[in-house]
Amino acid sequence: MRHRQAAQLLFELSHPGRRAVQLPACDVPQRRLEELLPPGAAAEAPPPLPELTEPDLVRHFVNLSTQNMSADTHFYPLGSCTMKYNPKRNERLAGMPGFADLHPYQPEATLQGVLAVLYEVQEMLAEIAGLPAVSLQPAAGAHGEMTALLVAAAYFRDVGQQRTTVIIPDAAHGTNPASAAMARFTTLEVKTCGKGLVDVKDLAGKLDARTAVFMITNPNTLGLFDGQIATIARMVHDAGGLVYLDGANMNAILGIARPGDFGADMMHFNPHKTFSGPHGGGGPGAGPVAVRGDLAPYLPVPAVVKDPSGFRLDYDRPKSIGRVRSFFGNTGVLVRTYCYLRTLGPQGLRRVAENAVLNANYLLSRLKHFLVAPYGDRCTHEFVVSASRLKADRGVTAMDLVKRLLDYGFHAPTVYFPLIVREALMIEPTETESKATLDAFAQALFRITEEPPDLLHDAPHALRISRPDEVQAARKAVLAWKGNAER
Amino acid sequence: MPYIPNTPADQEAMLQAIGVRSLEDLFAMVPPELRLQREPAVPPAMGELELTAHMTELAGRNVPAGQAVSFLGGGAYDHFIPAIVDFVAGRSEFYTAYTPYQPEASQGTLQATFEYQTLIAQLTGMDVSNASLYDGASAAAEAVLMAIHATKRSGRVVTAASVHPEYRQVLATYLANFETGLVTLPTSQGTIDPETLAAAVNDQTACVLVQHPNFFGCLEDVQELGEIAHRAGAMFVVAVDPISLGLLKRPGQYGADIVVAEGQSLGNAMAFGGPYLGILACREPFVRRMPGRLVGQTVDRRGKRCWVLTLQTREQHIRREKATSNICTNQGLLALRAAVYLAAMGPQGMRVVAELCLQKARYAMERLSAQPGLEPSFDRPVFKEFVVRATDGQLDRRLDAALRNGIFAGVPLARWYPELADCLLVAVTEKRTKAQIDRLVETVK
Repeated sequence: MRHRQAAQLLFELSHPGRRAVQLPACDVPQRRLEELLPPGAAAEAPPPLPELTEPDLVRHFVNLSTQNMSADTHFYPLGSCTMKYNPKRNERLAGMPGFADLHPYQPEATLQGVLAVLYEVQEMLAEIAGLPAVSLQPAAGAHGEMTALLVAAAYFRDVGQQRTTVIIPDAAHGTNPASAAMARFTTLEVKTCGKGLVDVKDLAGKLDARTAVFMITNPNTLGLFDGQIATIARMVHDAGGLVYLDGANMNAILGIARPGDFGADMMHFNPHKTFSGPHGGGGPGAGPVAVRGDLAPYLPVPAVVKDPSGFRLDYDRPKSIGRVRSFFGNTGVLVRTYCYLRTLGPQGLRRVAENAVLNANYLLSRLKHFLVAPYGDRCTHEFVVSASRLKADRGVTAMDLVKRLLDYGFHAPTVYFPLIVREALMIEPTETESKATLDAFAQALFRITEEPPDLLHDAPHALRISRPDEVQAARKAVLAWKGNAER
Repeated sequence: MPYIPNTPADQEAMLQAIGVRSLEDLFAMVPPELRLQREPAVPPAMGELELTAHMTELAGRNVPAGQAVSFLGGGAYDHFIPAIVDFVAGRSEFYTAYTPYQPEASQGTLQATFEYQTLIAQLTGMDVSNASLYDGASAAAEAVLMAIHATKRSGRVVTAASVHPEYRQVLATYLANFETGLVTLPTSQGTIDPETLAAAVNDQTACVLVQHPNFFGCLEDVQELGEIAHRAGAMFVVAVDPISLGLLKRPGQYGADIVVAEGQSLGNAMAFGGPYLGILACREPFVRRMPGRLVGQTVDRRGKRCWVLTLQTREQHIRREKATSNICTNQGLLALRAAVYLAAMGPQGMRVVAELCLQKARYAMERLSAQPGLEPSFDRPVFKEFVVRATDGQLDRRLDAALRNGIFAGVPLARWYPELADCLLVAVTEKRTKAQIDRLVETVK
């Protein structure tokens, strides 16, 4: 079925005089605008927005939505994104007016329910982290990273130490060095060894009196748990630095191991990954951080505390780095986190990790027969395979493979990351997928590796769009509609 | 186990295929001495029925906007959200998708984001908007960082006490490890005095950050403030209320270089402070310095129009420590809601909402100020919010009386402005009726 209205923009569908929303007439005595606004304050005409009716909008947006692959419609194995199932009951519960229609500045006596939820989330995250002090303020993982690094900077300043460097593995997600730069640290890269783990000798050579923080993702972006972590933590601590754990891959170790127990001093969580929050097409997420006790004074304010009289917001933290955002935090996301954690319970957490790791290892055992598995047969909740041999033999790249996967009804895994593996595909199935889906995916991928290279270079064939010209997009940079006719 | 399809039989078959005996074997990579030796101490599992009862009970301990009459503002507002916004955002093809890394599989998200970018550009009169940042406060901080890098001036940033205190706190945090001085102009009359600004900007000033309408609801003299900033070679960054742009002159028309805003008012729930929507738009010369995702238009290999993430060399996944910002996940779903809201309102709807806010706030201010013991704090034109002072020192008594009558009368300013300790910030949106306003006036007598 051709959906014409989806391919047109709102501005092309606009028709003068159409209107969707009707508001009540003004019921207070009205003053003339000239009395209420200084000269020149008002615009001469309303903003040039499109004019549409509600049926126009519904047809447009519903059809648009069908042009997406999503976790609800397709297997979506994006590495390190943890595209697990988003429970519908949590959407409904978080959307209740009793949570959704609360103003951040209401009197605390009228917020006891939501404060109780947020307090419990603080407690549960502290327990899962193995670190006692939690801030729910950051709005996303990268925001959490930046917050923790600012905490580290404040801590070192407070104890009178000049530390300017953050050490980061070369396999790390780009947000790690970007967050360090925002906190005004210089970054130093440490190598990943042939086994896919931190090159401890290289690290030893780079640790010195300027080291503030060592950032690590564990399990790492290759899906490997770095068992050297206790040694690494000791080395960093001996040099006077702090260990930061990027918690994007927590799905592999829930109920199995805790970052605070294996040497992390600070970490962040991604509730929109690990704790089943929907990804929203690019957010909202959240980036709660957990830190060791002596770093608590520097965390952002406020936090939720429990008094004999009830829950309240506590601002009494004179050494706090201040705020990293307005109001409390991404409460809507955290209410979903609460619902999810209350659904899992203590055993559920472990079952999540066990099945996430089982599914990834099973898929790897199928794919390793026809794709290069640079780090062997075992992984945690995700793994990296390489199309390097295909490229050498037949000129087929990782990009070609995953574009063709779209034709088979699978969303592509992450490609070309981490940077240390050539023609990388980073695959994370999650625990909410069935063996049958994994088998179908493995079969499809195998068939694709046998297809003619030309077919793959031009894939996908079955979708409305194929191989957008990204060079032209950057060169011409058309970032808003400015009245062009539809192509 | 909820949401996990694997049965014990599945697990057995998979373990065999992998070549291990038990699930435990799969965790061999984790040294035993690092393993958690007990169950996590979290509350026991609940099914859907119990969870629903539990959450309903907790929700019942809150007083949402529907159960009280809200005159609360200060950056978050009780605005009308048409049902179509929830409907579109509830399409799970939108909310369970992720960042559109594979454009062929994400034209829904990409086209909707391009539409959002266009709508914000139209609303603000600026050239380009990004795909969102976390909230208005962090957007303001990111805009200031943009200005510092664009002007290559890191000596000073000038702002004012009439800018939202939490925006200024966030800005101070983001600038904590810069050498940049943050100057905050006093605004004892409710707005910035242009001469005070002129004396504060110098050739080391990267930008001037103002809010219009400001935190007190007062209208600033933005035309003149912008000219002063530009004369000193500084950039002009303006934080706006998107709802006001249905009526007020657009920042692009009065010389703003970067516009930031909190997009909660555009179809997003108040949600106890988040998730919200950071809006950032700028003039053409600064596009390559923008933080955040950008969606651009192009053609595919068959010549069909389509959309992709573009100018990605600004971003962390490519430039890493040299990126314009560290932002990755942004506020995609909230931007979608804002796009639907703006498209549903259209030019006429936005104009009407703004006029209703203007007239109703004015009516409330006049009626309150006529009460003995209450007076307006500032003698300035206002939009949607205003500040009144309890000259008899009885602010708390009035607030309690209102609360007992199911009214949130406003936000007391004492926590941020000691000199305004007896003052209340009152917001009146299009949802407030004359009857509700009259009742507010009665209860706070």
